[in-house]
Amino acid sequence: MDEAPRRGAQRGRALAAWLAPLANLAGSGATLVGLAIVLFWVAAALLAPLLAPYPPNATDVLAAAHPTPSAAHLLGADQLGRDILSRLLWGARRVLTVAPIAVLSAVMVGSFLGLAAGYYRGFVDLLVSRLADILLSFPVIILYMIVLTLFGSSAFNIILVVAITKAPIIARIVRGLTLQLREREYVAAAKMRGESALYIMLVEILPNARGPLIVDMCLRMGYTTIIIGVLGFLGIGLPPPDPDWGGMVKDTYGMMSVWPHMSLIPCAAISSLVIGFNLLAIGLRESAFRD
Amino acid sequence: MRRGRRACLRFRRTAAAGGRAMARFLLKHLLFLCLTLVVVSFLVFILTELTPGDVARKYLGAYATQEQVEILSKRMGLDRPVLVRYVEYVGKMLSGDLGVSTRFRVPVKDIIFDRLANTGLLALVSFLFIVPLSMLLGIAAGMREGSLLDRVILLTSAVLASVPEFAMGVFLASIFVVSLRWLPGTATLEPGGSWPIATQLVLPVTVIVLFDMGYVVSMVRASMVEVMRQPYIRTAVLKGMSFRGVVLGHALRNAMINPVTVILLQINYLVSGVVVVESVFAYPGFGRMMLEASLYKDIALIEAGALVSVFVAVVTQILGDLAYLLLDPRIRR
Repeated sequence: MDEAPRRGAQRGRALAAWLAPLANLAGSGATLVGLAIVLFWVAAALLAPLLAPYPPNATDVLAAAHPTPSAAHLLGADQLGRDILSRLLWGARRVLTVAPIAVLSAVMVGSFLGLAAGYYRGFVDLLVSRLADILLSFPVIILYMIVLTLFGSSAFNIILVVAITKAPIIARIVRGLTLQLREREYVAAAKMRGESALYIMLVEILPNARGPLIVDMCLRMGYTTIIIGVLGFLGIGLPPPDPDWGGMVKDTYGMMSVWPHMSLIPCAAISSLVIGFNLLAIGLRESAFRD
Repeated sequence: MRRGRRACLRFRRTAAAGGRAMARFLLKHLLFLCLTLVVVSFLVFILTELTPGDVARKYLGAYATQEQVEILSKRMGLDRPVLVRYVEYVGKMLSGDLGVSTRFRVPVKDIIFDRLANTGLLALVSFLFIVPLSMLLGIAAGMREGSLLDRVILLTSAVLASVPEFAMGVFLASIFVVSLRWLPGTATLEPGGSWPIATQLVLPVTVIVLFDMGYVVSMVRASMVEVMRQPYIRTAVLKGMSFRGVVLGHALRNAMINPVTVILLQINYLVSGVVVVESVFAYPGFGRMMLEASLYKDIALIEAGALVSVFVAVVTQILGDLAYLLLDPRIRR
């Protein structure tokens, strides 16, 4: 057989194997609900510039006097007369930009450390594992408070601290998987072929560890959404005035007895997005076990 | 039953070896505790003292002149090398001098332990609800994997664990504080208000229990499911034992080994993770104190608080490992 088509067929089969968990998803109702919620918010985030009726930071004096939902402001306005629907949509765009970047950075750093620890074992493993133990023993929320107040809470800093604190968890998972996978025949075959350690880790081991990693990434997206919301609520999250769901609650929950919609709506938004990610994770895990 | 008896015999035979293993275990973990405390205290020291804006500036605030800052720097000895100051700082900490809080204008030890006690109360009450409730639900869900009860409990706990604490606080407050007026919206722990302290605790505890329970329930369930798949469970069922007997007599103890560690680790969350709940309900706890200390760049309080929370975290980890060791005789060998 010619070299090129065989490669092509291999790639096709590899792609099918990657997508198999998605096909299995159809089996579970909860998973479909999760997928629908996540897709809904992704669409809202992508289309925010088209869908939002007002600019997210535009104040409206009239709406500030009568902030309850009306024809002009479908979900009402906040204490400054800013349209809540518009801020919700732009807020989705913000959280769905920051959270995936943070999670992907954590996965890249964590996978690399975990692969190295599991593949080389010995001293590298000891170093990575002890470092992970120490980082994981630190209560993360205290660390976030200290680091973000000292260095300022920009999107970049938030991504950085989330990546640093989540990477050890991913490193542990990948290390465990690597310890199992490194004994497989295809790893031995690659070694016989004289492939480099980097090639074996990235091409032979990592793709075979993808199942648990994808489930974990989905869970991690939910946690990170919570973290970003919590940081916003504590006043050390993504900087104002651009909308951030947690920050929207922080600014308005003191007015709960008068205008409950101002804080209830962003709370419902963030809860639904996290529920979506977690339902999706449950479904992915179940379909992975079914294989 | 037989399996249990054999494990018991093996345990008696290896009791002496077990004692040695236990000593080694404790020594290893105490070393790790010390190492972690040293590394963390050094990191926090570096973070707070070497970050943009020097210590004297953080003490004096943005409006002090450069001259004032320099005078204070000299007086505090801040012009000396970092390592020298770190060693001095560790010496002070060890002798019990935690410094003075610039935010609250009192010695750190006068405020930190009060706040810890308040958080401890919140944590303890929550813990008393979390443990029995999550055990019950986790076992009920895990004893028949895939049953309707299992699906309902699993999905409910996943949904509850997905709602951020502040959102849960807002939801519950909008019902019980704003609409029904049954409960107070703040828990300042001040007596003499219109609400007794017990009613102030209801909402914060409910939020913590609902948020944390989802996770613990799923861990107990997973452990129970795994045990119910074991061959000795099938043997017990096949020899005609009642389902109740199987669950209570065989599965329960073995299913408790993994979750005990998880449950003990929740203490860690309950001490420092409750900062959000404390902020929602204006509760004068440890987490909110740390948030204020960070926002006001109150260095002495940040450093002492960080060490306390790491200490709690590592000690609960050790307790978790210890519980695992005591419950699972196989590990002792």
